Amino acid sequence: MIYIKLFISFLQIGLFSIGGGYAALPLIKEQIVDINGWLTLQEFTDLVTIAEMTPGPIAINSASFVGNQIAGILGSIVSTIGCVTPSFIIVLILAWFYFRYKKLNIVQGILQGIRPTVVALIGSAGMSILSLAFWNTKGITLNLEDINVVAVILFAAALFVLRKWKPSPIFIMLGTGLIGIIVYHQW
Amino acid sequence: MRKKLPTYWTLFSSAFLLSAFTFGGGYVIVPLMKKKYVNQLKWIEEEEMLNMIAIAQSSPGPIAVNTAIMVGYKIAGVLGAALSTIGTVLPPLIILTVVSFFYQEFRDNMYISAMLKGMQAGVSAVIVDVVIGLSGNVIKKKEIFSIIMMITAFIAVFFFKVNVIIVILASGLIGMLMFLYRTRKGGMNHDLH
Repeated sequence: MIYIKLFISFLQIGLFSIGGGYAALPLIKEQIVDINGWLTLQEFTDLVTIAEMTPGPIAINSASFVGNQIAGILGSIVSTIGCVTPSFIIVLILAWFYFRYKKLNIVQGILQGIRPTVVALIGSAGMSILSLAFWNTKGITLNLEDINVVAVILFAAALFVLRKWKPSPIFIMLGTGLIGIIVYHQW
Repeated sequence: MRKKLPTYWTLFSSAFLLSAFTFGGGYVIVPLMKKKYVNQLKWIEEEEMLNMIAIAQSSPGPIAVNTAIMVGYKIAGVLGAALSTIGTVLPPLIILTVVSFFYQEFRDNMYISAMLKGMQAGVSAVIVDVVIGLSGNVIKKKEIFSIIMMITAFIAVFFFKVNVIIVILASGLIGMLMFLYRTRKGGMNHDLH
């Protein structure tokens, strides 16, 4: 049955995509394009583009998209459940261990090592997105012509508002999205 | 411990809204979650949030979902984890199902791509804002060890593209060795006295 096939395929994607995001892409492609032939490579490329443009993790986006294409709304629900089931079980087990043993000195030692790293990981992701917004895909250069001035101004204004008035990030997203429509669409 | 209904609702609606406005998954949602649960709701302490993110990052599956499970479990047990997961998954499920009906028009829509280009600058600002706060707190503590770990990890991931899991495991190992070294040193001092 197609629902079971979808469920099992996305269960595997959920189970083996460690590191999240783009690390999962080859795995998703293998399941969707190579093994099951649910999408052509062109459709899969479109899916990645759409996933970048819409909210949510790419694995969930793929599950919803492919599930609906193959077996309708029920298909997208079944695929999505398949995708999060491994996370749900594994993270709950880890959470249980964490809250039970986090007071142990040695666990505190390990976590003390990991915390600054997590800050660095978030910083690194921020830098990647920032360079994408400022330089598009050209990579960082010092040539002023390559820099998207609108993005720099928008970024600086948003950061100023965030630091000064501490609004909910949702307002920043809506605001910059709206300005984006006005500014970029006219050019 | 039984939680009141409003807690469950806040948990679900926060996860739903965070997920609905997070374009480009992964590490975009994590700073937003930190802002929501640590700064706004004050449900979780900053250090605990970082621990939870590390566990979420090291587990299989999307990091946004994993972090949602950790937060939900911490606030309201297994039911909380389930609600938080459903809240996180629903927006992409709904949006992608709708988009898949007319995806070509969506992909080529000028207004949508203009909006997303604007949002890219906005989301960068949100992340940088969170990183300023987090790294400021690491530096303020003046523990050389933590500051060196932070800088080294950043260089490894951003410039040398070292696998994130390896970086987390290595820093955990270094943390453990530092701890063992310190306790051994402490133990020896005891022997001397």
